[in-house]
Amino acid sequence: MSSVLRMEREGEIDMAAEPLRHSILRAEGVSKQYGSVTVLSDVTLDILPGEIHAIIGENGAGKSTFMRLLSGYIEPTAGTLALNGEHVRFAKPEQAQDAGIALVHQEILLAEALTVAENLFLGRELMRNGVVDDRTMLRLATEKLAELGCLVSPNALVRNIALADRQLVQIARALLDDYRIVIFDEPTAVLAGDEVERLLAIILQLKKQGAAVLYISHRLDEVQRLADKVTVLRDGKKIGTYPGRTLTQMDMARLMVGRDLAALYPEKRTKAAGEAMLTVRDLSVPGFAKNVSFQVHKSEILGFAGMIGAGRTELFEGIMGLRPATGTIELEGKPINIRSPRAVLDAGIGYLTEDRKGKGLLLHERLAPNLTLSALARFHPGIFLRRSREQDALRAAVEQYDIRLKSFGVKAGQLSGGNQQKLLLAKVLLITPSVVVIDEPTRGIDIANKAQIYAFIQGLVAEGKACIVISSEMQELIGLCDRILVMRQGRLRGEVSGEAMTEHNVALLATSDAAADGNVGGTK
Amino acid sequence: MTIMASSTAIRPEREWNIGWTDVGPFVALIVLMLIGFLINPDFLSATNLANVITRSAFIAIIAVGATFVISSGGLDLSVGSMAAFITGITILFMNRMAAEWGMMAIPAGMMVAIVVGFLCGLMNGLIVTIGRIEPFIATLGTMGIFRALITYMSDGGSIPIDRSLRDAYRPVYFGTLAGIPLPIIISVAVAAVASFILYKMKYGRKCAAVGANEDVARYSGISIIKTRTIAYAIQGTCVAVAAICYVPRLGAATPTTGVLWELQVITAVVIGGTALRGGKGHVWGTVAGAVILELIANLMVLSDFVSEYLVAGVQGVIIIIAMLIQRFSK
Repeated sequence: MSSVLRMEREGEIDMAAEPLRHSILRAEGVSKQYGSVTVLSDVTLDILPGEIHAIIGENGAGKSTFMRLLSGYIEPTAGTLALNGEHVRFAKPEQAQDAGIALVHQEILLAEALTVAENLFLGRELMRNGVVDDRTMLRLATEKLAELGCLVSPNALVRNIALADRQLVQIARALLDDYRIVIFDEPTAVLAGDEVERLLAIILQLKKQGAAVLYISHRLDEVQRLADKVTVLRDGKKIGTYPGRTLTQMDMARLMVGRDLAALYPEKRTKAAGEAMLTVRDLSVPGFAKNVSFQVHKSEILGFAGMIGAGRTELFEGIMGLRPATGTIELEGKPINIRSPRAVLDAGIGYLTEDRKGKGLLLHERLAPNLTLSALARFHPGIFLRRSREQDALRAAVEQYDIRLKSFGVKAGQLSGGNQQKLLLAKVLLITPSVVVIDEPTRGIDIANKAQIYAFIQGLVAEGKACIVISSEMQELIGLCDRILVMRQGRLRGEVSGEAMTEHNVALLATSDAAADGNVGGTK
Repeated sequence: MTIMASSTAIRPEREWNIGWTDVGPFVALIVLMLIGFLINPDFLSATNLANVITRSAFIAIIAVGATFVISSGGLDLSVGSMAAFITGITILFMNRMAAEWGMMAIPAGMMVAIVVGFLCGLMNGLIVTIGRIEPFIATLGTMGIFRALITYMSDGGSIPIDRSLRDAYRPVYFGTLAGIPLPIIISVAVAAVASFILYKMKYGRKCAAVGANEDVARYSGISIIKTRTIAYAIQGTCVAVAAICYVPRLGAATPTTGVLWELQVITAVVIGGTALRGGKGHVWGTVAGAVILELIANLMVLSDFVSEYLVAGVQGVIIIIAMLIQRFSK
């Protein structure tokens, strides 16, 4: 019997032995089928008040489906829901809301042109004497935001507030009505550093107040810190419910994947990095980054850490010619014109965007045109494009990067997140860059694909390329990089490497002035 | 749901992945012909069909150009007045040169038309891309400008082509090659060239990428400005080709030449299957769309059900229905 199997059986909470506490929401044998495809099968789960219950699983394991079932977006094809022991049916999200189930969406769904208060009450404005009661709404909004520790003015336009605050506004919106159950769908996906901390504190507060919290996340470290119980879904089935604090992150990963995983991060090379590959001097991107200088060497993985809004993405968009920027960059001693994205690509710098769906892939287009879009020049020997060459390139990419697909005719949007990311990586590498910049290499993808992508990155530097990884997951940077540069408020604040590469040191540089202007005991 | 593939065979891409948007316009065309035949058996006679398709040629040619603009995420409302303006300039040039150059004034005038059309399109493109003005507003402006210019040039009346050139120029619209009217051959040729550009060349890929998602295109090193500007220049050139075919039809340019062509052109593109928000263009669908519009107009004339004065109204209804279908079939 494999260790995973043993863990699956023995680690599980024996529900029968649990003192029979009153579950507030119970899903009994719920299933969901779309045509012949079963996405959720026979899941039974009890949600208790004053408890944080995490649901984990790989992409496609059925987490989102389950959450949508509970919040009334879809109805189960089999099974029932019971609220306080009574049967309920939610045909519409509003019914679930009325029953006290609040859902905090993963994406930020706010009207940017409206104010914070207007967004909070959008679609359920308070009325007095037939007109909108702005004063009361403003007061309630102020109270609610203060409760969550959100300092933005209710009169601020959502367009003008930071991403992390938008997230809080969204949470405030979900919590405006009476709620007894709060469902968080990947709430920290867009947050970093202390913003995550703030959110986790809010969630613990909700728990203390007696709410039942359902927490869905890819970030296993958060799950480990928060969850009282962890339910693992795999291929639409419930594998088990485990007590949160006894599971290590590796245990969770194993349970999600269903087999023993090799180490998540590939072994770091011991060999020293080669000569300088890319030299950036005094690069400024107005409004985002100021006087940033750094070098990345051959066969080196350089990390960029910082909070959301620190200007990391914008810095590299500046380097790639995608934003107005000043400063100089040299690739192997040759200066590059950063005015034109094409020139930068052709010089040999590839950039994999953090926004795979919005800026990386044409979701309604098939795979081959996506793959070749930034390297079209290589696919027309004469004046016409050679389809067969594109198909060969696709076949090679599918093979090399283990992109799983049903048919070569599918559209990019039909691939899972991890496979989209692999396709995007293949697209960026098709221009054969000597420096590869990867912005959030594993955002929103499951753990098996993560490990593969880390291995690909390690493979790139083994070939002698230089790699720059921007990530909001500190563990990822520490696990992967040879050296980490930390940005805060548009400036480089320091560098950590070797033994000094700890979450503590990185967080210190990313958040506080105290540690600024200096290396934190880096060993070169 | 994740698409989980076993390590076994992945189905190869079918070369022809035919969807409803690809065949829809042609199915509609055939249905329309059958309806026409039921209403009036003369409808399917070779002469009537040849007439209808010939008349649809201007719109078809311009609409092929519009397929580029719309596919790249733009819009051009100025095509009708631009056609009138180019027609006016071309006739004025030919008339002026007729005395000195004789018949050579005709090909020279055609060259002038192409150059003027290209420049007009280029101007539209630059206003939209460099000037960063909404295509709708930018081309609404140039639509007014071109219309005013033709009205001014003709002094509110008409600019007729010189008698000495009329007979020599006539065949461009009224002539046939191997029994097929020349305008039909020209529009098929234009569409053929366009489909090569759109489907077989690098530019076509860029055009569709820019229209489908500007950010993805930019991040892939594609110049949005260049791609869109070229699309407008292609549109201008197509308008010029249509104007060249149009001159001999009436033998004059007037302030009402090409009025509401933009409606027909955009309708043809949309019912041809190209999404108005940009993305992949359907050149042959567009051509079918242009023919459909002319067929409907012809049916209205032949059938006495609806007054022919309502033709533009019917076209307006068609574009709205086509947009509704695109929306709800999504």
